[in-house]
Order: sequence, then structure tokens, then C-alpha cells
Amino acid sequence: MIGMLRNLHPQTLRILALFIVLILTILFFATQIDGYFSPRMINRIATSVAVILPIAIGQALVVMTRNIDLSVGSIVGIVAYIIGDYLGSHGDINPVLVILLALALGAFCGAINGVLVAYGKVPSIIVTLGTLALFRTFLVEYSDARTITTSGLPQWLVDLPQVNLFSIGNFDMRLIVALALAAALLAWLALSRLRMARKIYAVGSNPDAAIVAGINAQRVVFVSFVLSGLLAGLAGFIFLAKFGNITVVAGLGFELKSVAAVVVGGVNIFGGSGSILGVLIGSVLVDTIDNSLTRWALVSEFWRDALLGMLIMAAVAADTFMTRSFGRLKRGAN
Amino acid sequence: MLAWFKSWEGLLLLILTVTIAANVALAPQFLTLQNQINLFQLSIEKIIVALAMTFIIINAEIDLSVASVMGLAACAFGVLVANGVPAGLAIVLCLMLGVASGAFNAFWIAFAGIPSLVVTLAMLIAYRGFARVLLEDRGISGFPQWFADLGQKAFLGPLPLAIIIFLLLLAVFSYVLHATGFGRQVFVIGTNADVARYSGVKVRRVKTILFVMSGAVAALAGLLYAARLASVRGDAAVGFELDIITMVLLGGVSIFGGKGSMLGVLLSVLIVLNLRNGMALNNVTGHVQTGVIGVLLIVSVLGPNLVQMWRQRVGAAS
Repeated sequence: MIGMLRNLHPQTLRILALFIVLILTILFFATQIDGYFSPRMINRIATSVAVILPIAIGQALVVMTRNIDLSVGSIVGIVAYIIGDYLGSHGDINPVLVILLALALGAFCGAINGVLVAYGKVPSIIVTLGTLALFRTFLVEYSDARTITTSGLPQWLVDLPQVNLFSIGNFDMRLIVALALAAALLAWLALSRLRMARKIYAVGSNPDAAIVAGINAQRVVFVSFVLSGLLAGLAGFIFLAKFGNITVVAGLGFELKSVAAVVVGGVNIFGGSGSILGVLIGSVLVDTIDNSLTRWALVSEFWRDALLGMLIMAAVAADTFMTRSFGRLKRGAN
Repeated sequence: MLAWFKSWEGLLLLILTVTIAANVALAPQFLTLQNQINLFQLSIEKIIVALAMTFIIINAEIDLSVASVMGLAACAFGVLVANGVPAGLAIVLCLMLGVASGAFNAFWIAFAGIPSLVVTLAMLIAYRGFARVLLEDRGISGFPQWFADLGQKAFLGPLPLAIIIFLLLLAVFSYVLHATGFGRQVFVIGTNADVARYSGVKVRRVKTILFVMSGAVAALAGLLYAARLASVRGDAAVGFELDIITMVLLGGVSIFGGKGSMLGVLLSVLIVLNLRNGMALNNVTGHVQTGVIGVLLIVSVLGPNLVQMWRQRVGAAS
């Protein structure tokens, strides 16, 4: 078995370790919560992951280029609110057009970030700290503190979270979950096959070498931020469909969760490596922990955040430890 | 001497002068002593933590958990006092709690080698969670009068205790950062931690000291916050880390480490406080204020970059 492990790529080992942690977590909660494996529970968790997954993928793309996007939460809020507001007065637009609008709006916000980081040469943590505040301020001013309610939304949107793509027995594959998974699949395909996307790894791994090798690093970084915004826009649409009632604090805190999912998912915070599969498992893990804690009878709801933070810490520590141990095993054998 | 004005600190001084001038022109009550004290008091806890954060960022690390430690210390104080513990003892215990939080962070960052962004992000959630566990949905008030007085009333001359602490820490930290060997080590590690280690600098020890100090200062700030408000809630000091980091970055401290000065941070703090005060006096809402600070942060880095790019283009053409 050690021999088998030795022949695996370190990236694969990391994902394997992460997957083990996920299985252990699920098994643990299964012993604590009744009906954990019921279709209803799985649907709840799946639809919750459907909101955070696109954000995490966008964040992963940015982090892989050695940047960070702290404004995603505000972008989700803006898109959810503005689309909801728009639908209130123009209720009979083609649903596909609505999704495209959400993507475009998110991409526009992402472009603002991208221009400042890639062409203005302002460090991404500074830009996205600023746009985090700016976008939120814009939303507050735009909304005049009104709330979007489900009564103002078209019926197809309100019903969307229940729509199934297909069903196997009692297990439903919800459409919005499929949307999020489709985005993940597209990202994975692109990053592993498209040369354009492979450049992301090069720029994050060694920006100077990438430029010398002829890669337009500025454009790659710009595009990664636009994609992050676009995916945040998708998440904003799913958020709107799922919750219906949007306040001005919608999306607050998503940036933290997305970075947690990305980091837990094995994307190196210093850029240059990471896999979408890891991000998927990381998002599922973080969101599962969050959702399971609310249903765990043993602990009051107030322990939720405390345990979530400690568990993220534990996941990262375990992951670091396992990666180092496997790495040592591998090196020791040669 | 004139060259100094072209530096980051010189630019900040210019912005500060313009801000103060605008404030004086737009709001007659700006120059009163009471307004000046209020100007500081409203954000005094944040600027105290900003002094500690300066060390951390110069060291090429970050501590996102400071606001949560502030909240945790404040909530722990509230719970202790509500359960009959003498306030003086409670203060000591809460400061020790801050030290413990900093030490916990330091272990993972310095010894386990996990990036500080990740560790302090997770602990931001965790410490805030513990604060909420302590207080649940309640708020706690009814602190001893001497405690609330320390937070709100004048302590030395017209200045409240918190401002005195800020000035003291400013003096001590400036000295340590710029005039001691330890300060030099902080800079060197920020520039290149590996080179520092090979040069014999005890990198782990320095990082541990910095994060423990950050935790302790955050706890102190949390207690001052509880005193000033004379009450605590589970969401005390939520989101403060953004303002704190903004003030440090605006002060010219490089996010990549190795560069920065206490003078720059002091100027940036004065700018942010004066801007907020001026806007508040002119009835600008808190949200727009935050947006303006966000724009200022971006422009402060973008401006010099654009100037440099323009200069390079002109230089290349000639």
C-alpha cells in the first residue's frame, strides 16, 4: 500500500487525504444526527453548497494567480439584489436571459477589480478590501434600505430551488445544484485542457518566468478576476432563487467561506497550484460542517461558528500534516 | 529634506493637511477640543490595534483575528463580571485570554508552518464563535462605575485613558520598531524569512512574540471598547479588522512585508479619523464613509503607480 502511495502525484495524495477527512466528517455527523443520509438532508446540503461552490471556484482561479478576491461577498449581494429588483418590475423576461444578466453584472464588478490589480498594479488584497466596502456602499445607497421579497419575484424564480433535473428514486438532482456542478465541470475541463487556462498556473507559480516565456500575465490576472466576478454573479442568482428575500447585508461573509473552502481544498495560498476537484471537496466539507452543526442536537446554535472555525483549522492542520508525511514517505523511499 | 516630501509619508502629510483644511472650512465646530477628543475616541480601540498590526504586516504576516479577539475579551469580561468576579481580576484574566489566543495563533503560524492568512481566517471565525457562545443573544451591562468612567471620562488632563494608552503604545512601539535590534529583525524577516533564518535570526521566536503581542493588544482594545460602551454584545467589534488593516496599509506599510514606518501609520490614522469626523459632521452616512475610505485606500496605491508608469513611458520615449 505504501508502494502504491509512493507512485501517486503529491496533488493526488492531497485530494485523497481531503476526501478521507470528508468521509470521516460525514460518518461522524451520521452517528450524531438522525436521518443524516435522508434525501431531504442531502438536498438541503446540496442546495447550500450550490451557492458557495461557484464563489469558491472563482476564488480558486484568483488565488492560483497569487491574488485574493475579498469582494465576492459584496458582488453576490449586489447581483442578488439588483436582479431581484429588476425582476420586480420586469417580471416576464426569459429565465436564461436573467442568468446571463447576473453573469454579466458579476463580470463587470470583477472587471473593476481586474483592471486595478492587473493594470493598475495595486495589490489584490488592497483592491478587494476597497471594493468590498465600495460595492457594499453602492448596494446600500442603491437599495435605500428596501428589502427584496418573494412577492415581487416571478413565480418561476421562486419555484426554481425545487425544480429537479432528474430523480433517482427518492434522490433528486436539483437544477440549481446541477448549474453549480456544471460550472465546476467547465472550470475543471478548462484548467486541465485549455492552454489559455493553463496559463493561470504559470502566472501564479512564477510571474516573472511566465512573462519571460511570453505569457501576457496582466491579461491572465484580469481574466481571472472577471471570472471570479462572473461566478460570484452566478452564485448571486442561485442565492436569489434560494432565499427570495434579499436584504442589503446579503452575501456578507461569503468571502471568508470561499477562502476557507479554497484553502481547505488544497489550493496553495501562494499561487501556482490547486485543482477544481479539491475545491469541490473543500466546499462540500466546509458547507457540510456548517450545515451539520446547526442540526447537531448536542450543541446549541451558538457553538456553530466556534466549531466551524476550529474544524477548518483542524482540516488545514491535518491536511498539512498528511501532505508532509506522505511527502516524507515518498522521499524516504527513493 | 525636500526629497522626504516625495516619500509616502510626505504624501500622507499632504493629504492630512488638505483633509484638516477642508474640515475646518466646512464645519465650524471641528476645531473644538471636545470634537478633537471625540474624533479619536470613536475609533480609539481600532487605532491601538493598528499599532500592533503594523509589526505583523511588516513581518510579512497578517492577523485577521484581531477583531474577534477584541470581541472575545470584551464578552469574557462581561460574563466574568456578571458572575461576580471582581472587575480588576476580570481585566487580568481577559488580558491573559488575549495572550493565549495570540499564542495559539503563533503555534500554528510559527511552528506548524501554516500561512497566517489561513490560520487567522479560521480563528477569526472561531474566536467570534466563542464570544457568541459566552454571550448567546444577550447583552451585558451594569459594569462598575469606575470601569465605565475609565472608558468615557477624562483621565489625565482632558484626555481619556484610551488616548493616553494609544500615545504610550505609539511611543514604545515606534522606539522598538525603528531603534532596536528586535525591530530590525522584524523588518528583515518580512523582507525574506529564509535569509533571516540563515543569518541567525530566531524567526520562530520573533513571530511568536509578535502574534502574542497582537493578541494581548487586541484583548486590551476589547476591554477599552467594553469600558467606553459600558456594555458588551456577542457581535462586539465585528468587522473591525478591515478598518485596522486599511489604516496600516494606507500608512505605507507594504503588504508584502519589509517596508513601512510608524510615522506613516500615525499619519494614515490621523487621515482616516479626520476624514470620518469631517464626513460625520457634514452628515455623511457611515456606509458612504466606509466607501470613501475604500476609495482612498485604492487611490493611495494606484496614484503613485500611475505616476511611475507615466514616468517610465516618458523616460523610455526620450
